[in-house]
Amino acid sequence: MANKLINSNNKGMTLIVKTITRLTVGLILLFGIYIVLHGHLTPGGGFAGGVIIALSFIHLMLAFGKEVALKKLSQSMASFFESLGAILFILIAILGFLGGYFLFNFLNKGEAFHLFSAGMIPLANIAICFKVGAGLFAVLVGLVLLKIGKKE
Amino acid sequence: MIYLLCFILFCVGLYCIVTKRNLIKIIIGIGIVEYAVNLFFILIAYKMGGRAPILAEDQVIENMVDPLPQALVLTTIVISLAVVALLVAIAVRIYEKYGTFDIREIKRLKG
Amino acid sequence: MHIIPLFVAIPLGSAFLVSLLGKRVKRFSDSLSNLATFSLFFISLVSIFLVRNQGILVYKVGGWIPPIGISMVMDGLTSFMLVTVNLIAFLVTIYSISYMEKYTAKDKFYTLFLLMLAGMNGVIITGDMFNLFVFLEIAAISSYALVAFGTEHEELEASFKYAVMGCLASSFILLGIALLYSFTSTLNMADISRTLTERGDNKIIFFVSTLFLMGFGLKAALVPFHWWLPDAHPSAPAPISAMLSGVLIKVLGIYALVRVLFNVLGLGEMKSILYILMILGTISMVVGALLALGQKDFKRLLAYSSISQIGYIIFAFGLGTPLGFLGALFHLFNHSTFKSLLFLNSGAVVYATGNRDLEKMGGLSQKMPVTGTTSLIASMSISGIPPFSGFWSKLIIIIAALQARQFVLAFIAILVSIITLAYYLKVQKLAFFGKLRKKWEGVKEVPFPMKLSMVILSIICLAGGLLLLPGISEVFLETARDALLAGKEYAALVFGAL
Repeated sequence: MANKLINSNNKGMTLIVKTITRLTVGLILLFGIYIVLHGHLTPGGGFAGGVIIALSFIHLMLAFGKEVALKKLSQSMASFFESLGAILFILIAILGFLGGYFLFNFLNKGEAFHLFSAGMIPLANIAICFKVGAGLFAVLVGLVLLKIGKKE
Repeated sequence: MIYLLCFILFCVGLYCIVTKRNLIKIIIGIGIVEYAVNLFFILIAYKMGGRAPILAEDQVIENMVDPLPQALVLTTIVISLAVVALLVAIAVRIYEKYGTFDIREIKRLKG
Repeated sequence: MHIIPLFVAIPLGSAFLVSLLGKRVKRFSDSLSNLATFSLFFISLVSIFLVRNQGILVYKVGGWIPPIGISMVMDGLTSFMLVTVNLIAFLVTIYSISYMEKYTAKDKFYTLFLLMLAGMNGVIITGDMFNLFVFLEIAAISSYALVAFGTEHEELEASFKYAVMGCLASSFILLGIALLYSFTSTLNMADISRTLTERGDNKIIFFVSTLFLMGFGLKAALVPFHWWLPDAHPSAPAPISAMLSGVLIKVLGIYALVRVLFNVLGLGEMKSILYILMILGTISMVVGALLALGQKDFKRLLAYSSISQIGYIIFAFGLGTPLGFLGALFHLFNHSTFKSLLFLNSGAVVYATGNRDLEKMGGLSQKMPVTGTTSLIASMSISGIPPFSGFWSKLIIIIAALQARQFVLAFIAILVSIITLAYYLKVQKLAFFGKLRKKWEGVKEVPFPMKLSMVILSIICLAGGLLLLPGISEVFLETARDALLAGKEYAALVFGAL
């Protein structure tokens, strides 16, 4: 009977992993957003922050099973965010034509070392974060959803 | 001298791709080869006694290591992630169709 | 001048728009991708006139001055390659409106196809070494995914082999770029060339050029590294085979190799490198032709024939004389048109009958007249029969070889041309002429978009010899050849145009 208490829901991992996941997955998401937004001041930027945000969703999927994770971010929403991120990035690049060149930094540059400075670089970081986060999550969901069986 | 060890790591990965018979071990060999090339790129940029190339309000720009290869290696790591993800997806589908990971049995194309 | 980055921005934007809205709006993916490739083809024609009037054009991305920033360079060779790539891409997109109805995920196909096109355009217009590597990887990864598109047994196996070999080639190229950066401490192509002239040669340049030859040679299917090609090209869907064999191995392999060896490293006069290119080219010619004689599968025979014709192009580049370069560039353009036409024909045969085995076909040209005629035109053109375009380019290559006193190799080139004629006659006899078998009584001609692109390509095959007329060849071919012959003065031209 003690065995039944440990694993009350048969999907996913043991009770210890589920409790820790509930506590930390929000903090991981917040940490990823911090790294993205401070990409022009400290090391990191769009790609590293995007990977950490994708990891928080994957953590949810590993600990609780794929139905819970897919309820939070379904497959079509991941595909939508991925294309949205890429289109935002190209839009920022084409808007640089207003300043004269492709990918020109045309917004106000502000003062150095403050959060709202450096023109369009934070916006580009946010666009890349959408694309990378959604893309990595979609790759793992695609690998998990395939049923492995012997066919000929 | 350190560069020679990088080349040895590259050759280890190359040996793994050429001689191993399991599909997953070939993918791991590709990972080792790309790791060796990235390491070589970063080691080129090192200066003896240099510090990390981060500019903050109270630091002066002197004695930093070269920051350009670090940006290039970030791009290369993203590219190799994409390739390994694609290879693993193809390997999973091959297991579904052929039923084995051994490359001696996956030989329908000949001639 | 601001149209230069549009070559990369238009396909990237359209690829992601198709991925976003492809399922919601009907027929959206077809119309948007055809519009995108048509506009790219139009802009590439405009770029020829721009280069003719203004000389070399340099574009600073983001306003940063090179060598700190990335630059995009457009000279004669660039505009020549751009016209070739975008013409074939436009015609293949028209073809795949009706061919890809047989596969299920059509908008994902267009997304990957436009990404591959963006990567190829980026390789051609860039002026920076690492940017070349990034765009090369974008194009290569999209092509690995496209070869495995049908997800049958053989396509997955071929795609895995192709991906492993391509990844190894990219590692060699990256190692070469790292060594070159450590020696010259800059990544801009013109700046590397200028630094190498100032510092003088060093032993490391040989090692770097060997690495580049191995890496780019693997992408171009030169002979010691060719064995991925006969598996990968037949397994892809027919429009993708046409793109891969017609354009991708030329852009990623031959264009990048020639640009790095002749303009950046400046090895155009070094006899040993030219001799290696000539030997590798000759071996490719012979091996490709001999292995193609015994094939029974239509598309596999065409893949081996690709290896043979790429051998011709590398052999002509290895001659080192201006006439040799002219012959090589002309043969590059011609080969993309007739090899794409042959692969599109094989796709039409598969669409109508459902198999690729030559011994089971027969007499198809009675039921499919357009396919039969265009296939006859393409076969005669690739073997070098007089008024078609292939004859002129092979003639220039053989005359250039005789002028450079390589009599034995010129004789081998003529022999290989006769063997090419032999196996293409075999294909025509077995597949299209002869008696019609009973099970092919019910085949019909292919739908209209496929017929349109095949007819346009065959007209270009017929009229290709007109490119050698004095007025037209100055604009198109000779500016490309002069850009290559300039060698290390590429650096002075680029810095002068900043």
